[in-house]
Amino acid sequence: MSPESMIVFDGVEKRFGDHVVLRDLDFTVAAGEHVCLIGPSGSGKTTILRLLMTLEKVDAGTIRVGGQCLSHMERKGALVPADEKHCREVRRRIGMVFQQFNLFPNMTVRGNLIEAPTRVLGLSADEANARAVELLELVGLAEKIDAHPTQLSGGQQQRVAIARALAMRPDVLLLDEVTSALDPELVAGVLNLLRDLGSSTDITFLCVTHEMGFARDFSDRVLMFDAGQVIEDAPPSKLFTEPDHQRTKDFLHAVIDRT
Amino acid sequence: MPLWDWGYAFEVLPQLLKALLVTLEITLLGSVVALLLGLLIAVLRQARIPVLDQVLWAFVEFIRSTPLLVQVFFLYFALPRFGITLSALTVGVIGLGVHYATYTSEVYRAGIEAVPRGQWEAATALSLPRSRTWTGVILPQAIPRVLPALGNYVISMFKEVPLLLAISVVEVVSKAQEIGSQTFRFTEPFTIAGLLFLVLSYPASMLVRRLERRRVA
Repeated sequence: MSPESMIVFDGVEKRFGDHVVLRDLDFTVAAGEHVCLIGPSGSGKTTILRLLMTLEKVDAGTIRVGGQCLSHMERKGALVPADEKHCREVRRRIGMVFQQFNLFPNMTVRGNLIEAPTRVLGLSADEANARAVELLELVGLAEKIDAHPTQLSGGQQQRVAIARALAMRPDVLLLDEVTSALDPELVAGVLNLLRDLGSSTDITFLCVTHEMGFARDFSDRVLMFDAGQVIEDAPPSKLFTEPDHQRTKDFLHAVIDRT
Repeated sequence: MPLWDWGYAFEVLPQLLKALLVTLEITLLGSVVALLLGLLIAVLRQARIPVLDQVLWAFVEFIRSTPLLVQVFFLYFALPRFGITLSALTVGVIGLGVHYATYTSEVYRAGIEAVPRGQWEAATALSLPRSRTWTGVILPQAIPRVLPALGNYVISMFKEVPLLLAISVVEVVSKAQEIGSQTFRFTEPFTIAGLLFLVLSYPASMLVRRLERRRVA
């Protein structure tokens, strides 16, 4: 595993109106590292992923991905906010899987998988198709290639969404509460798929999750979030057994009692 | 003179049918303008480009708040003073097309807004180009939803074509009036003209209703 930093947040601030969601946030994720973000709702975890996906813009600070600045670009020696073209360039290394899957319902599973590889990476239809078949085998849905998303269960849709993100061969995969919208019996299948991906690829994972069991055995590091800041950053073995902060203890009590 | 003369009715029918072709031609071309221009307005407005957005908003509100007849008169009688002379038929197509484009743009807008935000975000996450996001993801989901509403506007437009008799376009109703004023027998031509509209509009609205039901099902 390379020690280089894949994701660097440096003094990042994000506001929605007067509401400060992220405040002077610094953290780093090494290449190939698996990091889970936990914390109460509204603590800004999802905002971090959305900033990385350029679905939101930073109000202050910088974000770097794979050595390239995502939030800003250099122009005449000065850093200026990134334009669409620059975002597109850096963003290409990042894939994202959403809570609500967000498959394109007007396309088949195959269409969903070959759309971006052909349109964005410039793969030929044959190459993209071969990649789609391979990925569907990986996620165990080879027989659904010509199905429409609406014909699939939530768990199947989410596995297709994971395959769709992987089809872009991302260096970084962002997972935004990917099992929160699933029926309980479908959660395990998706989490096991992610565990397999985690051990068989060198993709950097950044996950927002409420599945503490998954966070525990999947991550190298867990970041506990509260009120827009990282209040605790530790390996899961430490964070889940002997957290330093009272706030972390309270949070873990609350979520673990619930399940 | 009988109330209804079949012989006379059949005698004027061919002329009216011929004029109906003009009505259909204007409807067809006007629909093309209305459907394409409306889509363009809706897509441009969704991008919320400063200034352009306000200009489009003002344009749409202006057109919707003034009578079609005034717009048609303006195009036909006032534009030549600015050196632009258009045939009555062209004015009819542009007048109706642009007028209805402001309505269809609102219909498209509703359809576009009904596409979940997650679809835009997934397209962004996959780095799809903006144009492809529109043509491959958003519009294929937005347009089927609004086809019935668009269809209803096409039918309305068809029924508004007779307004163009004000600028002497020879469509069905003006033809009926012309025949009537030559023979002083208005009952048959106007009745036939009305029936021709009914015969075409009714099945068309049935079709739209079926589209609607299929969307719901």
